[in-house]
Amino acid sequence: MSMPFYVSPEQLMKDRADFARKGISRGRSMVAVQYADGILLASENVSQALHKISEIYDRIAFAAVGRYNEFENLRIAGVRLADMRGYAYDRRDVTGRGLANAYAQTLGTIFSSGGEKPYEVEIFVAEIGDTPEADQLYRLTYDGQVADEHGFAVIGGAHDVVAGYLREHYTEGASLDGALRVAVAALGRSANERGESDDRVIPVKDLEVAVLDRTRTQPRKFARIRPERIEALLGERAPTDAPAATADEVPAATAGDLPPVAPPPVQDGDERL
Amino acid sequence: MTSLSGDPRLPAAFLQPGVSSFADFLSDQAPDLLPARRATPQGQAGDLAPHGTTIVAATFPGGVVMAGDRRATMGNVIAQRDIQKVFPADEFSCVGIAGSAGIAVEMVRLFQTELEHYEKIEGTTLSLDGKANRLAALIRGNLGLAMQGMVVVPLFAGYDLDSGQGRIFSYDATGGRYEETAFHSTGSGSLFARGSLKKLYREDLSVRGAIEVVVQALYDAADDDSATGGPDLTRRIFPVIHVITADGGRRIGEDEVAEVADRVIAGRMGRPDGPAAPLTTGEESRA
Repeated sequence: MSMPFYVSPEQLMKDRADFARKGISRGRSMVAVQYADGILLASENVSQALHKISEIYDRIAFAAVGRYNEFENLRIAGVRLADMRGYAYDRRDVTGRGLANAYAQTLGTIFSSGGEKPYEVEIFVAEIGDTPEADQLYRLTYDGQVADEHGFAVIGGAHDVVAGYLREHYTEGASLDGALRVAVAALGRSANERGESDDRVIPVKDLEVAVLDRTRTQPRKFARIRPERIEALLGERAPTDAPAATADEVPAATAGDLPPVAPPPVQDGDERL
Repeated sequence: MTSLSGDPRLPAAFLQPGVSSFADFLSDQAPDLLPARRATPQGQAGDLAPHGTTIVAATFPGGVVMAGDRRATMGNVIAQRDIQKVFPADEFSCVGIAGSAGIAVEMVRLFQTELEHYEKIEGTTLSLDGKANRLAALIRGNLGLAMQGMVVVPLFAGYDLDSGQGRIFSYDATGGRYEETAFHSTGSGSLFARGSLKKLYREDLSVRGAIEVVVQALYDAADDDSATGGPDLTRRIFPVIHVITADGGRRIGEDEVAEVADRVIAGRMGRPDGPAAPLTTGEESRA
């Protein structure tokens, strides 16, 4: 008679967390940066059709990394929840905190239930207020943890390297172009396996950028920033101390190991965004 | 903020992909929120709530203008003097409502959410015809209430980004959708307004000219229809006017409308029936 192996709950949770983290680390990073007029979200995304950053409601945006089908479902659920709330009550009654809470409960339940595989996603829920002090930025992890972030935050693949760059270079109350420049430079920050800096200039067409801009006159404050505008806002770019490298020349992944940052797109049909 | 039920988690149905229509989603998940899904006892109920009256719309090269008077009536009583009956539906379209005011306003809210919802879920806006059809579906859902006297007959207008022109759609109570050319009107004063539009409308109107034409038409409607409100000079209440061009839609400011209304009224002081149209086409140029 065969007996099922005993797996301790600690080990079970650790395995599930490792699984989710491994999936997430294969995707590119996403940064959220608070600037004078709102919150800027930016990521490297080679796809023009599949968005990682989206509008949820008047003042609320959603950004995610990881497995596309999973975070897309969460995004749609968020839009439905927000629209239903706003329709049943009032537009002002739709809040980022409530949405982050619903996501957290959902992700937490999926993570700890034995039946489903954990979602391989990390999420930002951003909401702007009338003043920078009222802005809110929530970072949610695959297991439903919520962190209330201030200033800047990073999710996805190389988040420690990118966050390290932002910690050094982020300034409060920056203008849009200043915030975009620091965000894009942070996304391009990478280090080779010896820990030396090996920065890349990410082509404008591979950037997905959107803002929640409180200066917009419409009630809907979300706006995508088109490539031409990104180009104009960024101005002249040069890597600080490395030759310009295209995405293909990113440090070759050491065989068997997870590449430290920004792996070239995986072509096995199992890609993470 | 959770679904309206109280469970903090997102319900499974919310996570199902597929439906990009908000109204369809509501009819599955919260049918009681839909304006038309109400069990009402038999009999006429049209006198229960105020009625909105006249809406007019006219196209001009590069856009469309829609205007509505500010009166709501309940039988012989003026229920409200400053009701808003023309609403932006999204950036490039607007909707004006005539009929049972409460249901109509709720239907507009649903329609606005419907368009925004589709845009957010699909990442692209509906075509102008698509929007017009969605509105038709919402009106069709209201047929039961319409038969009890609570009719909603909107007028829909928008700028078609594909063909680069303003377009107008009218509806009947069963959800029939009809595209109109040049101009149209709906509501109790619509017959008089349309007669006025017929005589004043020209194909080469400027934005200012189109605004003046719709204000004249509403004046004529109010002149002969007791349920349509004319310009209220003592309270300074003037029509709500919405203009849509390739740059998007905007409501014309109170001051600007007041200026046009004052000019129209000044003209009527001399000639109460409004501007005289030439007897035969082309006479104007000869004169």
